[in-house]
Amino acid sequence: MESVMTVQETALVYLLSYCGAIGLILLGIFAMTMYQHLIRIILGLMLLEAGVNLFLITVGFRANAVAPILVEAQTSAAMVDPIPQALVLTAIVIGVGVQALALALVIKTYKAYGTLDTKELAQKIAEESGTHVIDDIPVSLPVPVPSTRQMVEEKSA
Amino acid sequence: MNLRDISGLIFIIGLGLLLGAVLKTLAYDNILTGAVGTAILNNAATEVGTANIVTSVLLAYRGLDTLGELTVLFVAATAAGLVLGQRRPEAVHDPDAGFILRSAADLLSPFLILVGIYIILHGHLTPGGGFQGGAILAAAFFVPILASPASPFNHKVSSLVEGLAGAAFIIIGLIALFDKGYFLAPLLGTGEVGQLFSAGSLPLLYLAVGLKVGAELAGLLARLHETEASD
Repeated sequence: MESVMTVQETALVYLLSYCGAIGLILLGIFAMTMYQHLIRIILGLMLLEAGVNLFLITVGFRANAVAPILVEAQTSAAMVDPIPQALVLTAIVIGVGVQALALALVIKTYKAYGTLDTKELAQKIAEESGTHVIDDIPVSLPVPVPSTRQMVEEKSA
Repeated sequence: MNLRDISGLIFIIGLGLLLGAVLKTLAYDNILTGAVGTAILNNAATEVGTANIVTSVLLAYRGLDTLGELTVLFVAATAAGLVLGQRRPEAVHDPDAGFILRSAADLLSPFLILVGIYIILHGHLTPGGGFQGGAILAAAFFVPILASPASPFNHKVSSLVEGLAGAAFIIIGLIALFDKGYFLAPLLGTGEVGQLFSAGSLPLLYLAVGLKVGAELAGLLARLHETEASD
């Protein structure tokens, strides 16, 4: 613990942590956009949260500093920034709440439709409600594009 | 591979390049929050009296944000309970786990309660606090349910504890409002830094947070667990 970090080592810690955070954020967004399974989308959300938390903790990092807790006979005066740590503590707890709510909704969805694939869900919801599926998303409005054009043509004719 | 996948891939690659470019301008010396953080590090021990400075940020400097966070957690837990609904009394439970697992869960539960309360009460001195200890308390009440799914979970008691703890947090804040003029201002002096009875009203606030989080998470997990499998 007493060994002092050099500038190169500090830069390496920062760079690796930032790259890890960005990698986790990208992986999370990748999973959320590319997969069509609701559980995998929630897992992507979790990865995204982990990446953001790692990013915040890295922002508060200081070289050669200890955790922001006063103990007796403390020799090293430097401590890391406490604000990002408090923020991340908040973010973790809220993340748990969000994940629980999302899983509850997923359970209800599976009970109602018997599938967790977003494409199949869109089809089933569209059939049930008599709407249309445009780009895998159920749309409540009818598709008016050809009909209006015909009407305009008829009027102009 | 359809057009949607390709556009998603292009989006991810573009976002990656963008974040990679941001990497160059990021702070490599903690200058973003450095000024406020340094001031808190220097003054927290004398102003608030906690040895754990993260606790002083959470409960003294930004106590209102912690109340907001508790509200978010409460809303999420309530919404999950609302979505999942009640279990039919005649619904079948999963079979119990084996003897080793059930005994281990019963043995583990009191120790988990002990560790959870220890972590909550020492939140202003050591790493940990209301949220971490609350999560351990929730585990203490949830592990026996996992081992034997038919054992009942008393939602009335957990809701009562949760409501009382939340009310206690707000009442302590209101007392501070009338006494000192600021909502959730630390009360009762600072005491000697590093002692169990120090930091004024912060341990009480953290106890309220711990009980609330513990009851909330335990109730949430029990609700998720009680949800009937496909019927």
